[in-house]
Amino acid sequence: MLAVQMRGITKRFGSLLANDQVDFALEKGEIHALLGENGAGKTTLMRILYGLYRYDEGEILVDEQLVHITSPKEAIQLGIGMVAQHFTLVPPFTVAENVVLGYNDRLRFEPSVAQKQVAEAAARFGIETNPAALVSHLSVGERQRVEILKALYRNARVLILDEPTAVLIPQEVDVLFETLERLRRAGLSVIFISHKLNEVMTVSDRITVLRLGRVVGTVAKASTTQAELARMMVGHEAFGVQRPGQRQQGEAQLRIENLSAFDRQGLPTLKQVSLEVRAGEILGIAGVSGNGQAELSHVLAGTLMPTQGRVIVSDQDLTGASPTRFLAASVGRIPEERQEGVIQELSVSENLALENLDDFTRNGVLDRRRVRKHAESMIAEYQIKASPMDPMRTLSGGNVQKVILARVLSSKPRVIIASQPTRGLDVGATEYVRNKLLEQRDQGAAVLLISEDLDEVLALSDRVAVIYEGRIVGVLPAPEVSREQLGMMMAGALEGDVREITD
Amino acid sequence: MKLRIERAAAPFWMRPLIPILAAITTFILTAALVVMAKANPLEAYYHFLIAPLSSRVSAIEVLVKSTPLLLTGVAVTFAFSAGYFNIGAEGQLYAGAIAAAWLGVILEGLSPLLAIPVMLIGGFVAGMAWALTPALLKVKVAVDEVVTTLLLNSVMLFVVSYLLNGPWRDPVSGWPQSPEISASATFIKLLPRARLHLGFIIGLLAIIALWFVLSRTTFGLKMRATGLGKEAARFAGINVNRTIILAALISGGIAGLAGVGEVAGIHFHLIDAISPGYGYTGIIIAMLGGLNPFGVGIAALFIGLLTTGAQSVSRALGVPAYLGDVVQASLLLVTLGAFILQNYRIRWIHSNALSPPTTGGLSERETNSGA
Repeated sequence: MLAVQMRGITKRFGSLLANDQVDFALEKGEIHALLGENGAGKTTLMRILYGLYRYDEGEILVDEQLVHITSPKEAIQLGIGMVAQHFTLVPPFTVAENVVLGYNDRLRFEPSVAQKQVAEAAARFGIETNPAALVSHLSVGERQRVEILKALYRNARVLILDEPTAVLIPQEVDVLFETLERLRRAGLSVIFISHKLNEVMTVSDRITVLRLGRVVGTVAKASTTQAELARMMVGHEAFGVQRPGQRQQGEAQLRIENLSAFDRQGLPTLKQVSLEVRAGEILGIAGVSGNGQAELSHVLAGTLMPTQGRVIVSDQDLTGASPTRFLAASVGRIPEERQEGVIQELSVSENLALENLDDFTRNGVLDRRRVRKHAESMIAEYQIKASPMDPMRTLSGGNVQKVILARVLSSKPRVIIASQPTRGLDVGATEYVRNKLLEQRDQGAAVLLISEDLDEVLALSDRVAVIYEGRIVGVLPAPEVSREQLGMMMAGALEGDVREITD
Repeated sequence: MKLRIERAAAPFWMRPLIPILAAITTFILTAALVVMAKANPLEAYYHFLIAPLSSRVSAIEVLVKSTPLLLTGVAVTFAFSAGYFNIGAEGQLYAGAIAAAWLGVILEGLSPLLAIPVMLIGGFVAGMAWALTPALLKVKVAVDEVVTTLLLNSVMLFVVSYLLNGPWRDPVSGWPQSPEISASATFIKLLPRARLHLGFIIGLLAIIALWFVLSRTTFGLKMRATGLGKEAARFAGINVNRTIILAALISGGIAGLAGVGEVAGIHFHLIDAISPGYGYTGIIIAMLGGLNPFGVGIAALFIGLLTTGAQSVSRALGVPAYLGDVVQASLLLVTLGAFILQNYRIRWIHSNALSPPTTGGLSERETNSGA
């Protein structure tokens, strides 16, 4: 008996094929994991099932009936509930108010009645929560339970959880898994989106692996291994770009020792990371997003204060230094979010000058001719499709990235921190940016490449470090690394035993 | 047939017409009030806009009224450009006025060539001092400057009230006003038989200085970068906190100059009604001028005209002078509304007509895909 069946689902976003003829079947009373890298199409598929996206081709059956789901409201009526990565709770409201909100359509709202109903529902599903508590007082794990309860209160028989463990601490993960197990025994079906192999192997009955929008296969947990799943997840494609030849490498230009940092919520996210990048090499950091890469790049940009450890750039201690000092120490930074790097309402020429304003200043007055000339030569050299006085906001993503690249590289940095340098770019711009980074490496720069794109890391790097849950779980020379190994490490299944012995 | 509102910029030729359209709309909207006050609207608007400019005395009065507004408008624009929302120009103006009233007395006997610069510097420093605390709170502990600068205006009114009812009360008359400043500290008159004083020139210089700093100096670029994208500015190595504090202090200083001008050019002593809200009007002028230095100059002169015109209407037609305030406020609302609405256009959609091909194609496919 199938709870949900999706047949031949295809979804395009412009030219991007997010789901390509995807078949997916969920049995009643099973926990089914959707496994895949970032951008594999897991969330898209589930957003289609929940009525948040329309699909271009295919059909959906719920309880073996053909259905047309065009909104979450219709999905809820069909007994489908979804807990998104970002919660949709109203923090100043109580748990009970949040659970009934939008479902109880009566004019009168009686808090005590709602609390009683919610308490009953919670008891029925074995979910521990206090209906009278304010959501703003709850921990992340407790909030997630409220979200689950919200779906169950709406009579969900199919529960979709989008990377539910990404926001949880280990103890909360255990509680979540107990809850899911209890729901399964109560006859519910659960879809569990994840990219962590150990979790998938712990909690699910069957696993469907997606890669680049297509189904690689569906396997039963009992008949598979973490290694097989990792292989399915990362695939076997040849690398897109020729791997650069090994080169003479110089001194360590960037040294990171025991570096730890908190994220914006004040949670420890980067944990005791130690790395070294030498002149003339690219060290790639591979990892699934949200494993501390953003914090690492922010610390190395001078915009985040580390809680522990040291950052040394060519014998200069830059721990917790300002962006100005990183720039003075010849560190070029390509930010993860392009909008962090440029100011939309300023002109291209102003944005190009922003990091080295002193070079364009005479007695406090801006030398506008030099700013303009600099912009003109950068535009010519980096093939930016814009004129110097254009506001930045009129540029395409690829051209914005070229402006940032021009600004960073024109000061001939000895160390380059490149975070997701090609994210969202088209093929041409991607190739351009990658070649520029290789060119810098060949000219002797030390490049730290942080990327979620495994192909990119493998194509450009001399060495690859894998980050998982804020720690470096291994550093490998790129020629010796296999995709399976990387996949296992990125998913937290393999740790420590392949650590490279430096020097 | 259906109406649809779309986002689309107004054609470029329409932009200069917007303030004029706003003025016409305002006069239509306020006509009913003028009629209720038993006056002819057209006659009233003649007195509002034309009459002040038709005689030498009232035309000069327009410039007199504009003088403090030029300075507070520049002050507010300066801070706003750096993303610092200084609502405290009113209090900073009074701080400058206090400094001027004090220095104007103790500088007696000094040459005006020395006394006047000292007055200006003193007023500037006083305005800066009054602006310092909110700026530091903003940068160090992220306290919203809108609240702190606004509330400090009330505090300043009590400080002034204390001075005028306490130590500075006029010993002869007993009025709550400070002793008159000495002749050497008085601003020179620009024209014979008129109140127009040196402050107007300072106001015009402030406009030019604002333009120069914002568009020609590196500090101005840092200010704009901070105001338009604080995180990106910080990322690019701009000391955002320092920029904000400097912008806030200079803004306070310029507002302080407005207070100096009112004491040294108009009243010659400190009274508690030295400003009928020039600091707040400065915010309106900054917004009406679109934070553009020359726009701010024009807006200050226009508000000066309306203020003078309100008195003229009241005198000539016997309508309450408050009507002037109503027209002024309506004009601001309409103009600000017009600035927003210029980004939209209303389109008639004929229900039997075909939809535009792109959206039509998409929705067609999307409805089919469910089948």
